[in-house]
Amino acid sequence: MKRWFTTGALALTMMAGQAQAETFSWAYQGDVQSLDPHGLNETFTLGFLGNVYEGLTTYDAKLELQPLLATEWENTDPTHWRFKLRENVTFHNGNPFTADDVIFSWNRGKTPGSDMKGYSAKISDIKKVDDHTIEVTTPTPNAILPRDLTLFYIMDKEWSEENKAGEATSPKDANGASSFAASHENGTGPFIVVSRQPDVKTTFKLYDGYWNKELKSNVTDVVFTPISEDATRTAALLSGNLDMVYPVPIQDWPRLEGAQGVKVLNAPDVRTVFLGMDQFRDELLYSSVKGKNPLKDKRVREAMAHAIDLGAINQKVMRGAANPTGLLIGPQVNGYNEELGKPYDYDADAAKKLLADAGYPDGFELGMDCPNNRYVNDELICRAVATYLARIGIKIELNAQPKSTYFAKVSPQSGNDTSFYMLGWTPTTVDADNALFNLVHSFGKESGAGQFNYGHYSNPEIDGLITQIQNETDQAKRQDLINQAFKLLKDDVGYLPVHQQPLSWGVRDTVEVQQRADDVLDFRNVMMK
Amino acid sequence: MSEVEGATEGSMIGWRARLAESDLLYSFLHSPTAIISAVVTLVALSAAVFAPLIAPHNPFDLASIDLMDSLLPPAWLEGGSDAFLLGTDDQGRDVLSTILYGARISLLVGFLSVIFATVIGVVIGLIAGYAGGVTDAILMRIADVQLSFPAILIALLVDGVLRGLLSRDNYDQIAVYVLVLAIGLSFWVQYARTVRSLVMIERTKEYVQAGQVIGLSTGTILFRHIMPNVLGPVLVIATIQLALAIITEATLSFLGVGVPPTSPSLGTLIRVGNDYLFSGEWWITIFPGAALVILVLAINLLGDWLRDALNPKLR
Repeated sequence: MKRWFTTGALALTMMAGQAQAETFSWAYQGDVQSLDPHGLNETFTLGFLGNVYEGLTTYDAKLELQPLLATEWENTDPTHWRFKLRENVTFHNGNPFTADDVIFSWNRGKTPGSDMKGYSAKISDIKKVDDHTIEVTTPTPNAILPRDLTLFYIMDKEWSEENKAGEATSPKDANGASSFAASHENGTGPFIVVSRQPDVKTTFKLYDGYWNKELKSNVTDVVFTPISEDATRTAALLSGNLDMVYPVPIQDWPRLEGAQGVKVLNAPDVRTVFLGMDQFRDELLYSSVKGKNPLKDKRVREAMAHAIDLGAINQKVMRGAANPTGLLIGPQVNGYNEELGKPYDYDADAAKKLLADAGYPDGFELGMDCPNNRYVNDELICRAVATYLARIGIKIELNAQPKSTYFAKVSPQSGNDTSFYMLGWTPTTVDADNALFNLVHSFGKESGAGQFNYGHYSNPEIDGLITQIQNETDQAKRQDLINQAFKLLKDDVGYLPVHQQPLSWGVRDTVEVQQRADDVLDFRNVMMK
Repeated sequence: MSEVEGATEGSMIGWRARLAESDLLYSFLHSPTAIISAVVTLVALSAAVFAPLIAPHNPFDLASIDLMDSLLPPAWLEGGSDAFLLGTDDQGRDVLSTILYGARISLLVGFLSVIFATVIGVVIGLIAGYAGGVTDAILMRIADVQLSFPAILIALLVDGVLRGLLSRDNYDQIAVYVLVLAIGLSFWVQYARTVRSLVMIERTKEYVQAGQVIGLSTGTILFRHIMPNVLGPVLVIATIQLALAIITEATLSFLGVGVPPTSPSLGTLIRVGNDYLFSGEWWITIFPGAALVILVLAINLLGDWLRDALNPKLR
């Protein structure tokens, strides 16, 4: 009887589903490089895959922590956690989700190709208590472990092993046909990838076996097209071909606001965009200076910091919508300090003098890597930086490239093949520790620390402070330690922070979408009207 | 000695006299379109060649660019500056100067690719027309295959393959030559076809047979004796294809597979400016676009006139 009822209900829902098939079409400025959830730790890629794969925990539209594949958790003692896993969850191929899959995924995150080593490193051991209970050990006390797990997605052990996808696909290999997981998915998420042509089109449909039957969204089909040209993206939205595009070029905000049927959603992004410098090689890969590395000299880095007019970049390139900064974290992030958040002063004369003191009165040539479809106006910012550095004699050879090429080149899996680069960072945990651990901590191949410290900036004193920050539970003391670490970094000019960019989504009135401050588009938050 | 000098002078006079009496000059002087388009082409050519001397700014000298000057409208509009007659682009570069420098690259690519296509096309046409038989059949089938693709597709293909083979750094440095290769390879067929048909007529003529009888080598007959007689139509095709080559280069650059934005051609400038059409900064794309239209139109009209002037049936 019950079975009949379920079948009937299913048939009804299916009919209802067919009657109101709602297709949501959207565009971003680039495509994900691969479907491997451990292949690239980039917010867009992970946000995109978050509709297909799921982690133990998640953020809702207001970036508040919510259960997902774990239903509840408990910090049994400072370094031990007990997670209760959701039952009756199936992967898209029908396999049930169990504790083995969690352990498998954690180990997969530690394989050489993985870009998620920083997350796997937050856990030192996972024990299976039963099929739906696990006990997690952390290397140090970590009060925010559940936040560290929001973007760490769970893969099916059987499926991965059957298809020889037991190891993560590195950004370098993602374009090759070698990796199964880069071109196929089998997650537990609400949407299935139906078809995919990289850089052209990806279509999704609702997974009818999804565990959460009370999904807020009424979307049944999703069509994603990457559109790299800014003006084309805006035009596609205005013409009504797409329901949503992002990022909308800031210069087009007035145009969209004046148009019928579309609106711009904008808010401060949690992400900080910054420039990093190779500080570990004895000779730069891309420079006219031979036999030594000018970027190891603090005076040179300081000169560069003072040479770039962040105010002008904000005013002209970002049309006043960004927040120029001197810190690697934005004001929304726990641990922010207003004093340290002030940008380095713009002072070209002081910069020239510093450069001359360092022994480069005529400057030098320097290669720069920059993505051209990752951040808002990324290439333009790089070109503006190049003009400012040219004035103090540093001639930039700019290599602006699509993000798939860019990440394959600069990531540690390719040996950080860059001298000077642009990157943006969103602390997943919305806490300073995430930025410090991934960007500032000395690079460790084994430890998983400093995976996004592409220039291998290293200061043992800061490393020590980061460990203390992770162990400290008293908020005031912790803030003090964070301040100390960022102060040291700023005095060292370890990085050249640029700004927090604005979120810039263009949406048609027929769609209701909630904008997350980390720039993630979660289909669960999309309602078609 | 004096005889030799006299001879030189005589031939000079002869040359001038021949020009003065020629139908070509007559036709030129009686065609206002030809005169205007020739003047425009000449002005554009010299502006491009002497760009470093006449451009008000050097858009490639990064140190002289000020971001605070970016997105200024043309001088006659409110907010414009006299220093930047046609306004500035998103980086603060003078639009007029970038057009002058951009036209340089457009014309360079145009000329080089036409020369490249002419050389390949004429040589293949001569061989096919003179040899006939299997050689002719093979060469012309290759030409047929190539004709079945649009030129832009072949250019995209060549560009794509080379882009895949070369690293990005190397690519940017030789982007101009890759374009020349890509456009040249897609344009040779017309020359080959035309030259082949002309050679087939020429090779039965008596002077060719005379050459064969006295034992001249095939190369000498082909290049010394036949080639000068078939070059008239080649000149016409070359002029028209120069305009086409410039357009093709602009198209490729507009699609983002041409020259990099750091050394922009007119097509690249139009593409970059395209991002600012919605926000009302029209001058960044309209002026390079207008420059491209004028340049191509002038060369095309000149080519049309040349075709008519050299066509005995239209005289």
